[in-house]
Amino acid sequence: MTEKRRHQVSQRDAPTRWLVSLPPTLFLLVFFLAPALLMIGASFQQPGDFGGLAPAWQNGQLNLSLETYHFFFGDWIYAEIFFRSFLVAAATTLICLLLAYPLALAIAGSARRHRHLLVLLVILPFASNFLIRVYAWIILLGPADLLYTPFAVIAGMVYVHLPFMVLPLYTNLDRHDLALLEAAQDLGAGTWTRFRRITLPLSLPGIWAGSALVFIPVLGMFAIPELLGGTRDILVGNLIKEQFLDNRDWPLGSTLSIVLTAAVLLLAALSALVGRPRRSAP
Amino acid sequence: MALLDIRNVSRRFGDLKALDDVSLSIEAGEFFTLVGPSGCGKTTLLRIIAGFDDPDGGDLLLDGQSLAGMPPEKRPVHTVFQSYALFPHLTVAQNVAFPLQMAGKSESEIRSRVKETLELVHLTDKARQFPHELSGGQRQRVALARSLINNPRLLLLDEPLAALDARLRVQIQGELIALQREVGITFVFVTHSQEEALALSHRIAVMNEGRIVQIGAPEQIYSSPKNRFVADFIGTINLLSVDVREATSDHLRLHAAGLGEITSVPASGVAAGQRGAFALRPEQVNVVAPGDFQELDNHFHGTVRDHLYLGDVTLYKIALDNGVVLEALLTNSLPGCVRFLERGDPVGVGWRREAGVFLHD
Ligand SMILES: Nc1ncnc2c1ncn2[C@@H]1O[C@H](COP(=O)(O)OP(=O)(O)O)[C@@H](O)[C@H]1O
Ligand SMILES: [Mg+2]
Repeated sequence: MTEKRRHQVSQRDAPTRWLVSLPPTLFLLVFFLAPALLMIGASFQQPGDFGGLAPAWQNGQLNLSLETYHFFFGDWIYAEIFFRSFLVAAATTLICLLLAYPLALAIAGSARRHRHLLVLLVILPFASNFLIRVYAWIILLGPADLLYTPFAVIAGMVYVHLPFMVLPLYTNLDRHDLALLEAAQDLGAGTWTRFRRITLPLSLPGIWAGSALVFIPVLGMFAIPELLGGTRDILVGNLIKEQFLDNRDWPLGSTLSIVLTAAVLLLAALSALVGRPRRSAP
Repeated sequence: MALLDIRNVSRRFGDLKALDDVSLSIEAGEFFTLVGPSGCGKTTLLRIIAGFDDPDGGDLLLDGQSLAGMPPEKRPVHTVFQSYALFPHLTVAQNVAFPLQMAGKSESEIRSRVKETLELVHLTDKARQFPHELSGGQRQRVALARSLINNPRLLLLDEPLAALDARLRVQIQGELIALQREVGITFVFVTHSQEEALALSHRIAVMNEGRIVQIGAPEQIYSSPKNRFVADFIGTINLLSVDVREATSDHLRLHAAGLGEITSVPASGVAAGQRGAFALRPEQVNVVAPGDFQELDNHFHGTVRDHLYLGDVTLYKIALDNGVVLEALLTNSLPGCVRFLERGDPVGVGWRREAGVFLHD
């Protein structure tokens, strides 16, 4: 019944909703979709003599090729860097999850008047400059002899991305109906079973959201590997940045970006398949 | 030995005595109802029985064993929550199977018990649906099935029908009675509705402000309320202020100011000179033509003040000569006759000496 009512309301409000969603839609079209298309085009073009791109139409013929793709798939080093990047992203996501879950549970379970303060503390690091916070890690890790190691890279990644995991998890856990936990306890479930059978499955949407918010930005991050990692710790983000800023090879940089985006989309599709609720009775 | 013995249980929230020295015994197989106005401590008592809250004083014995210090998940007591608290990510069958999984039953036993229990509550065809796909009444039955399936010693139900509409409520009341008889599990049912309490229970405990006011079978509570609170809370009732003129082993003679003498059957603990109220149910009041009192032991003159037509019955408000208004309930059983009396009609009202009870102030 509520379902039906919501539907009716949405139909009546349709024109208003179109009007309200027009500016953000336009924004996304102009500043997200258009650059993405330009980038796909660029990946087939040639680098310009002084950086940028050579024209696609030159001397009366089409100046497009699959060269960058041949280049990319022809050299193992790229696959290796991609693989390492996904490993770092996965490790960062997992560590963030393990750290953020208890924290989010604790915040959701704290007295209502303390919650806003605790959430504020979680996002407080954003108030200071990102680079300054990473430099702080240099000072911290230097004396411990851990600087310029994979450990330093992952520690920095976890530190920077932790709030992105805590917030969606907290938002999810905060909405849980405590009566469900009481019901489970009443029916014989101990503390751990209540978590495993009730809290954890109900928090899956929060876990997925937080994981996406950590995993994807980590893949594109170049500042942290550059500042905290050694020469062997460069990731896809560094590679892409290098093509645009140092090598002036925009077509290769575009190709790397496209392959990265495609890989992330593939992964998201796979996880959506796995994470879909199973509809079978015992 | 009683199944559950509640002994002198008290619970305070700050200055508020939510439960004040509550004692009751519940027998195995009983449909026992706690009834009382909202805020009288029913849920608090239920949560203490389930183990979600601890009493400040007193003790609970289940099968003679103290429940003190035993956590809810260890107690053979299950609860049907007012909100049902069904697990939204589990199907009906998975919800119902949950307590058996907690008890470590085998897959095959779980499968057959779930099937049986879903049949019992007529939900076999909903086994694979999720709670949000069900109607209110169906959800209520899933909650019931889930709490029953592992044969608890005691099933607690906290206003389980409050969220349903009136028609469904009556239907599910009937189903609850049949179900309880069939499974034989002891029910402790909480409601603020006196009609529900009367309709369902073997025994009723009437509560008020954290105390138990009266315990008894429904007909006992209805016909012999112990005091003004019970009389007023259970059903509608006429209360006449009286003082006792004479109390013998043969009869009671009461005097109602401005009205006259009332004769009633003898009652223990009533003595001449006491003051109190004479309580009389509307259906015990006869309305007759003025003067035509036949064998009505007590009779007075009055005027029809108002009437409330309810279909099967009509409730008449009759003003007596001393200004007191009596309510009388007459069935509309005569074919073709919609209403016997009109506003302003002079009538006689009367009742037999067996009707009504004297209540101490
Ligand atoms: N956790 C609590 N803290 C403070 N007061 C409470 C708490 N639980 C119940 N009360 C109070 O105790 C009284 C009895 O509550 P409750 O048992 O829920 O009544 P009922 O179920 O009969 O409506 C109410 O006045 C209620 O406000
Ligand atoms: Mg209550």
